[in-house]
Amino acid sequence: MDSAPTAPEVIRGEAATSVEQPLARPPLVLNRRSFSWLTERISGVVENPAPRWWWVCFTITGTIAMFGMFCLGYQISTGVGTWGLNHPVGWAWDITNFVFWIGIGHAGTLISAILYLLHQKWRTSINRSAEAMTLFAVMCAAIFPGVHVGRVWMAWYLAPLPNAFGIWPNFRSPLMWDVFAVSTYFTVSVLFWYTGLIPDLATLRDRATSKIKKFLFGFFACGWRGSNRNWRHYEMAYLLLAGLATPLVLSVHSVVSFDFATSILPTWHTTIFPPYFVAGAIFGGFAMVLTLMLPARAMFKLHDIITPQHIDKMAKIILLTGSFVTYAYMMEFFTAWYSGNSYERFAFWNRVFGPYWWYWWVGMLFCNMLSPQLFWFRWCRQNIFVVYFVCMCVNAGMWFERFIIIVGGLHRDFLPSSWGLFIPTWVDLWTFIGTLGIFTSLFLLFVRFLPMIAMSEVKITLPEADAHYGSTNGQHPAAAGGKERM
Amino acid sequence: MRTPSGHNVYGMGAQYPSAATLYEAAKLVRDAGFKRWDVHSPFPIHGMDEAMGLKKSWLSAVVLAGGISGLLTAVIMEFGPSSLLYPVIVHGKPTNFMTVPAFFPIMFEMTVLFSAFAAFFAVLIMNGLPRPHHPIFNWERFGRATNDAFFLVIEARDPRFTEVEARELLERSGGQHITIIHDD
Repeated sequence: MDSAPTAPEVIRGEAATSVEQPLARPPLVLNRRSFSWLTERISGVVENPAPRWWWVCFTITGTIAMFGMFCLGYQISTGVGTWGLNHPVGWAWDITNFVFWIGIGHAGTLISAILYLLHQKWRTSINRSAEAMTLFAVMCAAIFPGVHVGRVWMAWYLAPLPNAFGIWPNFRSPLMWDVFAVSTYFTVSVLFWYTGLIPDLATLRDRATSKIKKFLFGFFACGWRGSNRNWRHYEMAYLLLAGLATPLVLSVHSVVSFDFATSILPTWHTTIFPPYFVAGAIFGGFAMVLTLMLPARAMFKLHDIITPQHIDKMAKIILLTGSFVTYAYMMEFFTAWYSGNSYERFAFWNRVFGPYWWYWWVGMLFCNMLSPQLFWFRWCRQNIFVVYFVCMCVNAGMWFERFIIIVGGLHRDFLPSSWGLFIPTWVDLWTFIGTLGIFTSLFLLFVRFLPMIAMSEVKITLPEADAHYGSTNGQHPAAAGGKERM
Repeated sequence: MRTPSGHNVYGMGAQYPSAATLYEAAKLVRDAGFKRWDVHSPFPIHGMDEAMGLKKSWLSAVVLAGGISGLLTAVIMEFGPSSLLYPVIVHGKPTNFMTVPAFFPIMFEMTVLFSAFAAFFAVLIMNGLPRPHHPIFNWERFGRATNDAFFLVIEARDPRFTEVEARELLERSGGQHITIIHDD
């Protein structure tokens, strides 16, 4: 008791000296770039004429998107029978694609909201494009359950609207939760994204040379003046939107997993699904962020803004979440064995050695469990080609994972007489490839017409943005990785 | 207040070379007792609210109200049809108190949805946006406020505003390009 008061003082004294000599953090923007350099470089992507590769890419992805649109039109006008769905596999590529796309969206919200709350300043270089990616991924996701309902013109039955039959939706159904979760997720993501865009749209407005650009950017910038009285409310709104988006994003994929987990099917009926799905979503989403950002960074020469440090950190998140899903995969097998339930045991044996065996060996084992383990090595995290290879593995692996969960759970029914396999049709195939085209086309349009990096946020990471920068009255200039704005 | 050429005066503005000088200038203007003035920067400057003498934004209260209304909307929207208009037993879940957790996900989503709308519209309304035309845009230097320049503007309708005093204060705080901004 007597010695207690003295001990903390020693500790406090040590803490004080360590505060005075902060560890130098690597700068987030390389080569000591200025505010105006950032404005020029990022606005330049929008203002300069589109490079030739952009037209080449857009022509290809636009054509693929058209194929997808055609397949959707054909499917809607002819019926769900154009897909390979049949008994016992009533959910196949459509729901696989839905879960795949919605999962990709999750990385955008993680970067924009969760990393914001955690004061991770490096997020500023990638959050805008990751959020855009979220929106486009959720759009692609929404297509599949939308047309899967069969008679699309009856989709309004999902909404709690009074109708002549006096029938109401069942709010206790996970599918109904899904409708609310996904539509809320999309709406909130749009609001969050647009709120973040306003200051940057004002930058483009002030730089616009043509009248039409000035009008359009001015219209959407809402007359933003960068006033501190406005920033004060703006930052509070941004913080609260981040705080709202954080539980929201965790809830969305949890609700998606409830679609499966509340059923009684072996391999679906598990309590591990919500965290397993959320980790998988972030895992797959970060791979997609890197898939898009690495070419964009090279094409628009953004190496000083999206630095090796950013790629390194994203690779570490892929490693972390990849290890989560690896744990979940192994725990599923353990639980199946430990439960003693013969259906459950059979389903997991069938996953590895059944007709879809190679989906598991290639998709889940190699792509999802093994390939991210390369990121334990610094050399691999710093080599763009290794990073890109792993990202491509993860993109594919996460699609396979969803296919294994959905079709793997359905194709072996409780009665062997109803066993069957899923054979995709050309409409299945081209609808999925078409959404890849829609997604990349939308992203290419975004890159051309809106600032792909949050200028006002990246500027805060420069040491010059600190109110005490260069002052000599005993206060240190903030280190480059110092305080996040709040 | 009018200029010799007959323009109404909106205020007097000065440009500052850095965020740090703007921060120090804001403290001077605050201590001089001005009320109707503002600083403009390409990004929010940490600590500027205190330097300007501003309190915490009360936007959070609006968002709380939005969240509560979203929750109540969900409660009415779910229990109205499920318990009164079209009670039906599915999943072995009757419409009694024991099944309430099955209604939680939609309550949560609606709470978040309404809160987010509240935050979005509150930030626009509380900032007086959208406002495409503002006298400050008459200042040709101001186009850089969204790029790399830092400005401080004292409005003419501030009770303490006189041309001499404002100019002296802006000069003393290190302001450059001190300019009278027209209202029209």
